Amino acid sequence: MSAFLSDLFANFWVSLAGKLLLVALMIPLVGMVIGYAEMKLSAKMQARVGPYFAGGRWGWAQLIADGVKFFQKEDLIPEEADRPVFKIAPVLVLISTVALLVVIPFGPGIIFRDLSVGVFYALAISSLSTVGILMAGWSSGNKYSLMGGLRAAGQLIAYELPLVLAVIGSVMLAGTMSMSGIVEAQIEAGYPYLIIQFVGFGIFMVAALAELSRIPFDMPIAESELVMGYLTEYSGFRFLFFFLAEFANMFTLSAIAVTLFLGGYWLPGIPEDVLAYAGPVIVLAKTFLLVFAMIWFRWTFPRFREDQLQSLAWKWLIPLALANIIITGAFKVYL
Amino acid sequence: MVVDQDLVRHLSESSVSVELQTEEMTLNIGPQHPSTHGVLRLVARVDGERAFDVQPVIGYMHRGYEKLSEVRTYPQITTLINRIDWVAGYANEIPFVVAAEKLLGLEVPERAQYIRLILTEMARISSHLIFMASYPLELGAATPLFFALRERERVLDLLEGVTGGRFHPNFNRIGGVKPAYGSGSSTRKVIQDLPAGFLAATREAMDRVLEAVEELELLVADNEIILARTKGIGVLPADVAAAYGVSGPNLRASGVAFDLRKVEDYLPYHLFDFEIPTGENGDCWDRWHVRLLEIRQSVRIVQQAIDGIPSGPLQAKVPKIIKVPQGETYVRAENPKGEMGYYLVSNGNQGPYRLKIRSASFSNISILPWILEGVLVPDIIAILGSLDFVLGDVDR
Repeated sequence: MSAFLSDLFANFWVSLAGKLLLVALMIPLVGMVIGYAEMKLSAKMQARVGPYFAGGRWGWAQLIADGVKFFQKEDLIPEEADRPVFKIAPVLVLISTVALLVVIPFGPGIIFRDLSVGVFYALAISSLSTVGILMAGWSSGNKYSLMGGLRAAGQLIAYELPLVLAVIGSVMLAGTMSMSGIVEAQIEAGYPYLIIQFVGFGIFMVAALAELSRIPFDMPIAESELVMGYLTEYSGFRFLFFFLAEFANMFTLSAIAVTLFLGGYWLPGIPEDVLAYAGPVIVLAKTFLLVFAMIWFRWTFPRFREDQLQSLAWKWLIPLALANIIITGAFKVYL
Repeated sequence: MVVDQDLVRHLSESSVSVELQTEEMTLNIGPQHPSTHGVLRLVARVDGERAFDVQPVIGYMHRGYEKLSEVRTYPQITTLINRIDWVAGYANEIPFVVAAEKLLGLEVPERAQYIRLILTEMARISSHLIFMASYPLELGAATPLFFALRERERVLDLLEGVTGGRFHPNFNRIGGVKPAYGSGSSTRKVIQDLPAGFLAATREAMDRVLEAVEELELLVADNEIILARTKGIGVLPADVAAAYGVSGPNLRASGVAFDLRKVEDYLPYHLFDFEIPTGENGDCWDRWHVRLLEIRQSVRIVQQAIDGIPSGPLQAKVPKIIKVPQGETYVRAENPKGEMGYYLVSNGNQGPYRLKIRSASFSNISILPWILEGVLVPDIIAILGSLDFVLGDVDR
């Protein structure tokens, strides 16, 4: 039986189908877990109870109920909308999230595809979602959506450079762009890169928040200004796509930060053979720690203004990231 | 061949001034919009993120209270006017009732005046707490909302205990006050008075309000992003504010220490010790901060009033059917939103001949086209929120 199974999974197409199924299950699952965490944590921070009744206890089924509700909604497309673009946009946003999962190592050898340019791939794919957002804003035929989309595009210019520059330190230290290679380099060095790359880590997290367009950088949505920004005209299933993509994106970007700066699936003192099994759990634990921080920021901070983000990025983050690269280079050469 | 000289000049000029022409867009903010506090509509002409012309359109909430008052009797009118500024419904009733009493020549019992004063200040606290709750929300911070609303609920519970209503108390009578049925220090008592334990509960609530204010100050005032979003935004100089008739905390934020509680004598404010907080720059931050400080002063007034509340009747002697003698008067009061005045003309009937309502928010938002000229779209919302108006108070 097991021989049959291993033969079966040796087949390229079967293993591909299996991996696809796994990713397809992971996105909604992770999205729901983070969505639920966000609801409960925000409730705790605001002296509320949060979801309570759905599912009988603790409101654990709230997100499932919400999902079912979205399926039942009418799929509205405004008359003014550019229909094909309007329809593709949420798919594109979700695809970029799914595609990011491909290069995240969950354990020694547990990775969907260990690309030799993993970091490069991750950065390139993650900015694809902004294209989707811009498309959504442009095609909705709504002025608020348009402004939201344009803000997202403007934001891209601000955070993309610091995001790229922030990871360069880790890549230089590891000497490889492969994601699992970076984790292995950290195991070899015996410490997570956070210890010397704390500046890079901080910049990465700030830029990641901007990429996710979450508070304090949620200008593309900005309920109090743009109603719902690029999401204004979306309803039902398409809205659910954006909703899921936001939460899943929090997960993937945090997982990338974990891989690059926090040692990925590695914890000091745990032997290699245990890591093979405990790896995914460690990655998840570290990732959710970062996700928690993101939720925490969201319910604590107000929103920046678009021009303030630009000046933050260009006056502080980029010079800091460049200085970080120079210092890392010096560290690498002289130590 | 005839050469059109105008065309030649036009072409030569257009070729030297090659500049990216961006199209302007008319953005309708409201009447249905998350942060216009009701049904205010702003027609903004924007170029990208910059709005260069913003025109407010009002009237969506017009309910015709001034006209309606002409066909209502005096006791009926209090029902209407506490729906003007519904966030501080109680405070609206005072100047009207005082105006009628002035024409009648009535002496209101001291205890009733104290109760009026305590509840007015509590209405001010609740109104300012609403502002404390909603303003950070407009800047994107959701959490201060709950901190402020929690304490506001405590204050509203007390108001409800005395008057029977959270938002629309309809509690003042001409010549005094009338607590809700069933209140009084014991259930068997025939004379209605303040509910049992009201003073102690108020004292506790005031302490809690002070704590909440402290908490809000920590949460909001120390936040770098809030400071970046509000400092130097929407600066309103004192002379412009005065020219537009801006009043209340908005005027005081511009540095003018003008408070009708110190100037007029519609309630015995001269017996109490309180300060008039003022701002320095008249920007959004000062408008936020002045309101925060005003909550503290209101708490001070309430605490003093509770300590010094005299006993006595709650109602002056008035006839069953109130007919106000012929005459006219104007009574103004310091409401949470600013100066609220009633110009009352009576020709000796059961209802007024004419009632002109001067509401604070109406004059306060007249500044909008001036103050919103050339600001960024996010700042429109920041400035709009900082003026703290209520559409019911604008349209009446």
